[in-house]
Amino acid sequence: MSAQALLAVEDLRVSFATATGVVEAVRGVSFTMGRERLGIVGESGSGKSMTGRAILGLVPPPGRVDARRLEFDGIDLTAAGSKRRRALRGRRIAMILQDPNYSLNPVITAGRQIAEAYRGLSRAAARERALGMLEAVRVPDPERVLRAYPHELSGGMAQRVMIAMMLAPGPDLLIADEPTSALDVSVRVQVLAILDDLVGRGRMGLILISHDLGLVASFCDRVLVMYDGRIVESCRASELESARHPYTRGLLAARPRIDGPGGELPVLDRDPAWRDAPGVCGAP
Amino acid sequence: MAYFPPSGAAPRPGFLPGLPGWLNTALGLLASVALTFLGLLLVTFLIGRVVPIDPVLAAVGDRAPAEVYEQMRIALGLHLPLHEQFLAYVGKVLEGDFGRSVLTANPVLEDIRRVFPATLELATLSILLGVLIGVPMGVVAAVRHGRWPDHVIRVLGLVGYSVPVFWLGLMGLLLFYANLGWVAGPGRLDIYYEGLVEPVTGLILVDSLVAGEPEVFWNALGHLVLPASVLGYFSLAYISRMTRSLMLEQLSQEYIVTARAKGLSEARVVWRHALGNAMVPLVTVIALSYGSLLEGSVLTEIVFAWPGLGYYITNSLLNADMNAVLGGTIVVGAVFIGLNLLSDLLYRVLDPRAR
Repeated sequence: MSAQALLAVEDLRVSFATATGVVEAVRGVSFTMGRERLGIVGESGSGKSMTGRAILGLVPPPGRVDARRLEFDGIDLTAAGSKRRRALRGRRIAMILQDPNYSLNPVITAGRQIAEAYRGLSRAAARERALGMLEAVRVPDPERVLRAYPHELSGGMAQRVMIAMMLAPGPDLLIADEPTSALDVSVRVQVLAILDDLVGRGRMGLILISHDLGLVASFCDRVLVMYDGRIVESCRASELESARHPYTRGLLAARPRIDGPGGELPVLDRDPAWRDAPGVCGAP
Repeated sequence: MAYFPPSGAAPRPGFLPGLPGWLNTALGLLASVALTFLGLLLVTFLIGRVVPIDPVLAAVGDRAPAEVYEQMRIALGLHLPLHEQFLAYVGKVLEGDFGRSVLTANPVLEDIRRVFPATLELATLSILLGVLIGVPMGVVAAVRHGRWPDHVIRVLGLVGYSVPVFWLGLMGLLLFYANLGWVAGPGRLDIYYEGLVEPVTGLILVDSLVAGEPEVFWNALGHLVLPASVLGYFSLAYISRMTRSLMLEQLSQEYIVTARAKGLSEARVVWRHALGNAMVPLVTVIALSYGSLLEGSVLTEIVFAWPGLGYYITNSLLNADMNAVLGGTIVVGAVFIGLNLLSDLLYRVLDPRAR
């Protein structure tokens, strides 16, 4: 972990005013991270994706983001205007979305979509760089993929295009929101290996948002477990197996095991008291 | 032996196997157009046979003796079986022979050649106004969804959609022609300019420029502005509403989040990414609006004394001039077939998934 925090989040709240009242998707999340790999796990609706979007400044209206502190590399994001936020997006903070079938524009070629990420470059130069990026994400026949439309690519190929596009400007922080959940299991490993390679260690910060405990434990340095908009447990990835919070324990117990006895898996018991109880920390 | 087709060469639906892809697609399209046109002819032919108007009586008068009536019936080919009559009809239509109009005593085709350009000129200018203003309005309304620009645009659209076109036309004439004198009055040209330019295309704006008569051009434009604005407002209302809802749908898609995460400007996200996708269904909306304008708007044509297709067909209908009505119907149908083909082709250009 580097000495100066790359990202500092304190008491982050995301709320949506609806006709039936205010819904809080994220309720006071705090963490700091350096150029390390941070995993955020939790079930659907736990607020993990919204946390990522709030850091990027892409919470859809009528969502409201409040934070006591939201600082990226010394820049106060709560005070930054939309223009400043936009300048940071892509160049310094990037995001990989879940399903490449929906997250790529269907009527623009893959090459153009990657080239778009380079701002202020000539078309030819941007194309040249895009080609280089496609080679970096180990796309066979990158010339063809450059000219292809998203529907002409397999899911794995399209997600590589997505990774190439987001890593193209060399960001400092990458938020990967379920980057492999929509892919076939066999392709998942390849895409993760590419991500592992390009993110490197200590070069950029990575927030890996996932519901896959095994993936997060093996891929990340640290893990935050979210439940109902709060962090209920944070620990080192290597110590996830000895997690202390009953929710995390419940999640771990609910995983099927290939060498297990089979039969029914335990059902997660949710205790209403978790909603507001302070989170637990693993060994520091 | 290979039992599977090589990957990437999935068989495409086409006209004939073994032809190059583009030729196959073109032939397929052509065949479907020809078939649709044949269907159109069949329908107009049957309508012509079903209506209670006796073409023999129309020709010989109701006091003709029986043998004269019979002779005319044979001369018109009405004694033949129905399918032979249909073949003869198709042959004549393909030669451009729609028969003679009872009302004007001209060949119907000649009449249509005279009235259709007037409608074409008006409809084209109207749809240009509708698209050039309606699409941006719809985009702005979608982007400012739920805020005042959206409400203003929605009310404007509602007014354009619900106020009768003829009333708007009359009020427009009263205000801009009679009171303010900003635009020219009814008709296509002032009488002074009538007949100065030889009709080549029949579109006065084009003919006057070709003939090098700028004064005629400006006079014709002065006559066009008001009816085109009234009709353009009507299609603008529809196009902006459709654009708004198509854009709202596109703006909530995941690829928009991607585009924003890349740090693209809002203008690029909206106009390139979202509108690029919304244009695909929008092309069909615009083509159909254009088609309904090309049918000729009877009310507008009457208010503005515009000698167009809608007025011609309606007038022929009221005078039981069947040849003229059927000829006009075939032209309108052919226009729709052509526009459908055009929007099909544009669809392929705009959406790579449809290629």
